[in-house]
Amino acid sequence: MRVLGIETSCDETGVALFDSQRGLLADALYSQVAMHADFGGVVPELASRDHTRRLLPLIDEVLGEAGLGRRDLDGIAYTAGPGLVGALMVGAATAHGMARALGIPVLGVHHMEGHLLAPMLEDEAPDFPFVALLVSGGHTQLVEVLGLGRYRLLGESVDDAAGEAFDKAAKMLGLDYPGGPHIARLAERGDPKRLRFPRPMTDRPGLDFSFSGLKTHTLTAIRQLEATGALDDQARADVARAFEEAVVDTLVIKCRRALDASGQTRLVVAGGVSANRRLRERLEHECAKRGARAYYPRGRFCTDNGAMIAYAGAQRLLAGERDAASMLAVPRWPLDHLTPPAA
Amino acid sequence: MPTLLALDASSTACSVALWHQPAGREAEVVARYVEAPREHTRRLMPMIDEVLAEAGVALADLDALAYGHGPGSFTGLRIAAGTAQGLAYGLDKPLLGVSTLAALALAAHRRLHLRHVLPALDARMGEIYVGAYRCQDGDITPLGAEAVMPPERLTLPPGQEEVDWVGVGSGWTLWPSMNANLQAGVSQHLDDWQPAAEELVRLAAQRYAAGERTAPAQAQPVYLRDQVAWQKRR
Ligand SMILES: Nc1ncnc2c1ncn2[C@@H]1O[C@H](COP(=O)(O)OP(=O)(O)O)[C@@H](O)[C@H]1O
Repeated sequence: MRVLGIETSCDETGVALFDSQRGLLADALYSQVAMHADFGGVVPELASRDHTRRLLPLIDEVLGEAGLGRRDLDGIAYTAGPGLVGALMVGAATAHGMARALGIPVLGVHHMEGHLLAPMLEDEAPDFPFVALLVSGGHTQLVEVLGLGRYRLLGESVDDAAGEAFDKAAKMLGLDYPGGPHIARLAERGDPKRLRFPRPMTDRPGLDFSFSGLKTHTLTAIRQLEATGALDDQARADVARAFEEAVVDTLVIKCRRALDASGQTRLVVAGGVSANRRLRERLEHECAKRGARAYYPRGRFCTDNGAMIAYAGAQRLLAGERDAASMLAVPRWPLDHLTPPAA
Repeated sequence: MPTLLALDASSTACSVALWHQPAGREAEVVARYVEAPREHTRRLMPMIDEVLAEAGVALADLDALAYGHGPGSFTGLRIAAGTAQGLAYGLDKPLLGVSTLAALALAAHRRLHLRHVLPALDARMGEIYVGAYRCQDGDITPLGAEAVMPPERLTLPPGQEEVDWVGVGSGWTLWPSMNANLQAGVSQHLDDWQPAAEELVRLAAQRYAAGERTAPAQAQPVYLRDQVAWQKRR
C-alpha cells in the first residue's frame, strides 16, 4: 500500500510517500522557521497561509522524486491534531479533496503517534513494547508504547515543554529563535561548575515535568549577573551551560524512573530537543549501564515531518481504518485517547 | 459547454454548485447552500456528493473546479482552497479562484436586476472588505480594486456619484459608521446576503469559456488584509 503523508500541524509543511512493502519512497519538507524568527515564535495565521502555498508543490515534488503519478497512491494520511487548528485544516482539507478525487481512503492521524512511531522508519527499528520520551517545542511526555494505538501516558510537563524552555532561555540571553541549538552551542564554552540550576520535580517520586520554575530561575540568575556588571560572554555561556545541564539531567532522571517503573528495556527518544548532543550522550550512558537500548529517528525525522505521518497512517489504513466524510482538525487531543486501529 | 464545480466556505454559509449541460437541454446550475457556522469541514464533502448525484455527473466529468478565494473568513478561505486544490490536483484539472465580492454583486444583479452594486463583507476589527461593480445583461465589471478599509472611509466610485447604488453583504451592518455622502448615494442595503457557490460557478464558467486555466497550486486565497493583524514583535 502506497500512502501519501501530509503534516501541517505547526510551522513545517511535510509531505512523504511510504510504501508498506518497500519502505519510505520520498519525503520533502518546507520549514517556516525563518519566517517566524522575526516574531520570536510561531504566528498561527502566517503559518496557515504558508501551508496553503507550499502543500501542493511539495506533493508534486514527492511524487516526482518517487517517479510515481497521483493515480499510484492507495491512501492519504494527514495530521488531524494536536496542533494549530487553522494550520491543521489546510492539510485536512487538501487530503480529503485529493482522496475524494482519486477515490482512495483518507485518514487523520495523531501527530504524536507519528513521533512515537518515527523510529520504525529506520533500519534498526525497535520492537514493541518500549518507553518513549517525546521532547519538542510543544511537548514533553513519557509514554509507554505497548503496540500500535496502545499508549500509556507515564508523565508529562505540567507547564512549559522542554523545547519551549530552551527557546525562552535563549530569548533571555538574546539568542535567536528557535533557541535550543543556540543554547547548546553557547553551553559548549560554559563552565559547568560556576552555576547550578534546580532539577525541577526530581526530588519527589513521579514522572511529570515542570520547566517554568527553571525559566524563572534562569531569568533571576541573568538579572543578578547583570546587576553586578558581570554578564559578559563567559557568564552567558555559563548560564547556558547550567540551564542545559539542568534540563538534560531532569530528562535523564525521569527516563531512568520510567524504565524502572515499566520494566521496559527499549527507550525511544524523539522530538526537536532529542537533537541535543549532551542529552543523547547522557541517555546512551544511562541505557548502557542498565542493559537497555536507546533508539532515535534520523535527525530530520526527530522534528515534524511527513514521513512519520505517512508511516503511522499506513499502519492504520492497512488495518482498514479510515475517515468518514468529515475533515478532522483537533487542536487538543490527548495521546492516551488513541486506540488500536478501528476498521 | 464545460462542466464545473464550485465551492465556498468564506462566510458562515457553506455552498456547492455544479454548472453543466445535460444532453439536449440548456446549461443549468445545481446548487446547495446551508447556513453552517463552523461546520464547513463536516458539510463540504457530503454537499459535493449530493450535487454531483442530483446532476448525474461524476467527478471525472469535470473540466475545472472553482472556489470562493476571498475575501472572507481566513480559515474558511483555506478550507475551501485546500478542498478545491486537493480535488483539482487529484483530478489533474484547472482551478479558478473567484472573488466572493463579485459573487455577491452577481447575486444582486441576477435576483433583483440591480445595475450598480457595492458588495461589502464585515472584516472585523472595525473594517470592511469592499468592491464596486457595474452589472449589465448578466455580466459584471469591477470598478477599481477590491480593498479592506474602515467603513468611514468608503466613498462612491469616482464619476459614479449620480447613479443609484445598492449595498449587499454583511459589511453593510456597519452602515451607521459610513459617511453621509456615501449614505446619500446608496438607496438601500441588503445586509444579510452571503456569497454563494451558485454565483461563483457562473463567474467561473464565463472565465473558463474565455480560455482561463489556472494550475491548482496557483489558485491561492485572496485575503486582502495582509499586514494589520501581526506587527513584528521585535
Ligand atoms: N540541540 C538542541 N538542544 C536543545 N533543544 C533543541 C535542540 N535543537 C532543537 N531544539 C528545540 O526543539 C524544538 C523544536 O522541535 P520540534 O520537534 O520541531 O518541536 P515543535 O514542533 O513541537 O515546536 C525547539 O524548541 C528547539 O529549541
